[in-house]
Amino acid sequence: MPQRFKFPARDFARTLAATTAVTALVATAACGSRAGEETVATESCVDTSGDTIKVGALNSLSGTMAISETTVRDAIYMAIDEINAAGGVLDKEIEIVAEDGASEPTIFAEKAEKLIREDCTAAVFGGWTSASRKAMLPVFEDNDSLLYYPVQYEGLEASENIFYTGATTNQQIIPALDYLAETGVKSIYLVGSDYVFPRTANAIINAYAEAHGIEVLGEDYVTLGSTEFSTIVNQVKSAGADAVFNTLNGDSNVAFFREYSNVGLTADQMPVMSVSIAEEEVGGIGIENIEGQLAAWNYYQTVESPANTTFVEAFKAEYGADRVTSDPMEAAYNSVYLWAATVEKAGSFAVADVQAAADGVSFESPEGTVVIDGDNHHVSKTARIGEINADGLLYTVWESEGAIEPDPFLEGYDWAADLSVTE
Amino acid sequence: MDLLVGQLFTGLSTGSILLLAALGLSLTFGQMGVINMAHGEFIMAGCYTAYVTQQVVGDAGASLLIALPIGFLVGGTMGLILEALLIRHLYHRPLDTLLVTFGVGLVLQQVARDVFGAPAVNVTVPEALRGGVDLLGTTVPKTRLFIMALAIVAVAAVTLVLRFTPAGRRIRAVVGNRDLAETAGISSRTVDAGTFFIGSGLAGVAGVALTLIGSTSPTTGQSYLVDAFLVVVAGGMGRIKGAVVAAVALGATQAVFETYSTASLAKVGVFVVIVIFLQLRPQGLFTLRTRSLA
Amino acid sequence: MNRFFETRLGAWTGFAAAALVLFGAAPLILSGFRLGLLAQFICYAIVAVGIGLAWGRGGMLTLGQGVFFGMGAYLMAMHMKMADAEFRNGAGSVPDFMELAGIRELPAYWAPFASPVFTIAAILILPTAFAVLLGLAVFKRRVKGAYFAILSQALAGAFAILLIGQQSMGGFNGLSRFRYFFGYNLADPINQRMLYFIAAGVLLVVVALALQLRRSRYGELLVAVRDAEERVRFLGYDAANIKVVAYATAALFASVAGAIFVPVVGIISPASIGIVPSIMFILGVAIGGRASLVGPVVGALAVAWAQTALSEQFPSAWTYAQGLLFIVVIALLPGGIASIPAVAKRFRKGPVTVEAAA
Repeated sequence: MPQRFKFPARDFARTLAATTAVTALVATAACGSRAGEETVATESCVDTSGDTIKVGALNSLSGTMAISETTVRDAIYMAIDEINAAGGVLDKEIEIVAEDGASEPTIFAEKAEKLIREDCTAAVFGGWTSASRKAMLPVFEDNDSLLYYPVQYEGLEASENIFYTGATTNQQIIPALDYLAETGVKSIYLVGSDYVFPRTANAIINAYAEAHGIEVLGEDYVTLGSTEFSTIVNQVKSAGADAVFNTLNGDSNVAFFREYSNVGLTADQMPVMSVSIAEEEVGGIGIENIEGQLAAWNYYQTVESPANTTFVEAFKAEYGADRVTSDPMEAAYNSVYLWAATVEKAGSFAVADVQAAADGVSFESPEGTVVIDGDNHHVSKTARIGEINADGLLYTVWESEGAIEPDPFLEGYDWAADLSVTE
Repeated sequence: MDLLVGQLFTGLSTGSILLLAALGLSLTFGQMGVINMAHGEFIMAGCYTAYVTQQVVGDAGASLLIALPIGFLVGGTMGLILEALLIRHLYHRPLDTLLVTFGVGLVLQQVARDVFGAPAVNVTVPEALRGGVDLLGTTVPKTRLFIMALAIVAVAAVTLVLRFTPAGRRIRAVVGNRDLAETAGISSRTVDAGTFFIGSGLAGVAGVALTLIGSTSPTTGQSYLVDAFLVVVAGGMGRIKGAVVAAVALGATQAVFETYSTASLAKVGVFVVIVIFLQLRPQGLFTLRTRSLA
Repeated sequence: MNRFFETRLGAWTGFAAAALVLFGAAPLILSGFRLGLLAQFICYAIVAVGIGLAWGRGGMLTLGQGVFFGMGAYLMAMHMKMADAEFRNGAGSVPDFMELAGIRELPAYWAPFASPVFTIAAILILPTAFAVLLGLAVFKRRVKGAYFAILSQALAGAFAILLIGQQSMGGFNGLSRFRYFFGYNLADPINQRMLYFIAAGVLLVVVALALQLRRSRYGELLVAVRDAEERVRFLGYDAANIKVVAYATAALFASVAGAIFVPVVGIISPASIGIVPSIMFILGVAIGGRASLVGPVVGALAVAWAQTALSEQFPSAWTYAQGLLFIVVIALLPGGIASIPAVAKRFRKGPVTVEAAA
């Protein structure tokens, strides 16, 4: 029988009771409005009296996402410099307040609030992962401010306070499926990282496949950042699908494509359609492992248009000839111009005026003309399927007929009726 | 059937990767009781060694062969410096060593980020190791066969050194009983430094080899670290044999879980298996009988 | 000076001063945004008090406090999501993120969280019970030191991965977009201040509880176990039980901190509870002084503040600073900031006993 020790339970109880009572008293004395009651939205503190107007740039400069997000930041800075050189917005020079999201959703929320409430920025550009956007969304809604989000994402969202300048699912995933179906693909295998974008994308792909007579032979997820693909690639190989739809993220792509070519699979036998591999990522994967594979985006560095020639030249002049431009960078660049154009049209920096003026605002962007849809705050975009060439760039092999109207909730697709309910 | 053979092989292959990553740890943690959280960053250093070597040499095959010994030296030297500057002064505070080396790991990661940039770099796989070999009805990638072979060579080398060389004998003496070994005239300080050099060098070798299958980025090492530690914990202190068995067992467990559920649940499953296992054998698979109390 | 605060009168004076600063000065000086940040930092400080107990006093380096922090946070978040759904679409309806993920039926384990009482009970009991079970499993088998540290770290990793895989728990994105906290509108600045007061109050409670534990006979046994577990066992005590109590208390504190963190910050995701955030909890404790009472609190607040302030200007420098802090403080100043006076005295007068660290 071991000796017993006495736990100071009675002291504990006394302290708990006393302090809880005091705290409860103080807290309730300081209570505000309850559920359902209207709250007074915090007054905007944006200062429009001077010669400058402040905007925020909120990207991850540290942590795992820094790889991608620093390139987006470069594009945002370039757009702002260009606009300033051309006389600014409403004759005011744009001043950037930069913040680091540190690849963590909570930091994104915290810094967004700082940009709005302490720095009084008129709009914020940035965010990459859906987690960061979901974290920032309530901040922008509660403080009634504006976020311009530049990355393709899983759709099913439309906030009054966010403008989405990247593709939603019907501008990227559905065209990719259309392309596969056109080229005679009858069966596919789905491989993705285990988080919301691949899961949502695959839900859409499953519904599409069912409606279009394509067989889904398998659906596998790996943890984010996983580099262990032998099991999955073996399963992909023995399933023998016509194509693979890849929604893997980041470093996992490297391991996946190496394993893929190691077991002897090639783009000719079983092409892989990827939705997260752009010019930036090809180098890290190694061209020999990925040459000939497909990607679905709205923009490639190789897109032929006068606007893109200028964009690529300006970017290389600013940041170095060895740098490449990619879809999210271009969407971020567009987002700044779209904001400026909307402000010019509204003749005001006020959030309500910008929201009211947004519908139909357009910009001759490197990918072609993009137009804001005032209802869902997304933009119309041209879908492009690209093939990865030996020079590490992607070349368009197929493009949609004109720009596709954004449809974040897939309301225009009968087969997608069961996927989600609108808000 | 094909799939089963494939899974079996996957287990072995995952196990050999774990083993490569854990072998060095098993020496430093097992023999010296030092938890080196920067071990993952030594692996990362090995990855970048392979990258730099390839940039210099050009030919992928030759550079791989050259990078393996260089990786050993790079990892080993880093280990030696770490041992001399920090760990030596903290031998009696194992938990503090853990935190200090975590700090070292953070710094090394950021250094890699500043030197090589945050994006992953590509190390080209040599022509000879591309593609696969048909084995019992499944295709086995040559890179994985290479890694398995390398793991076997590494284990054999470490075992031989420990068993048959004077240095190995001294290491075993210090592990068995530090005070007694010192009384017998062995400089435990030199032995510690030597052990750390070998252990960290093995991390460098693992890093070079892992470029064949994974990506090379500043956070590469981190992803192997926790699994490697679990191997050492499950295998038992100071036992190379334990590390080998535990690595293969964990690899197989992971592969089995992965086949019947998702890869995410496989990680959780492995953890549960280890906690249950430690209930049965709290000192790990193979225990070293010492006369020390704790 | 230190002597004074160890007396009964001193303790009361200390608490009064802290209360004055937290409840009086801070709300007056700080803007709403900064006050919200402080509330967030206080949540980290509450976790730190628990770690100080388990690690500083008990010698158990728990690298997995993110698990318990996450449990508390997710339990609270589940309730808040349920309350949102109920307010918008009536009782029993599915929270908004599930609709988006295509989940039409409310999973059975979500249903009880519609009740605030059940939620609070769960926040207090579930993590504590889990810690007791795990602690018994581990400590009874005398798994300790480095083994325990690594296991707790692996646990944090496994927990985060498990959550990422659960779409019905928000997956990688976690849970966010909360509107009401037990019926109060979160968008209202007055209610945000209320949350700050709650956080500050809980911090005082937690410190008071830790103080009582330290002073009790149990507190002495805990230190004894840390310094010489075998001897305590020879005296007839079950060292495992003593450790389990400290471990479970630390888990409880972390869980409560997590539960407050959610309404304050407005999001909880696996990124806030995995391996790296769990180790970061340790940093503040180490800097402040693991074995002292207020050291962990001060350390946690200072680290969180420094992170915000420094990362705004020098994002990559902050990573170096973090790494170097770990190295310098732990290698050279194991007692943390709290030990500086004692160390200084030792320099002047020769050896004085410093509160040793495990």
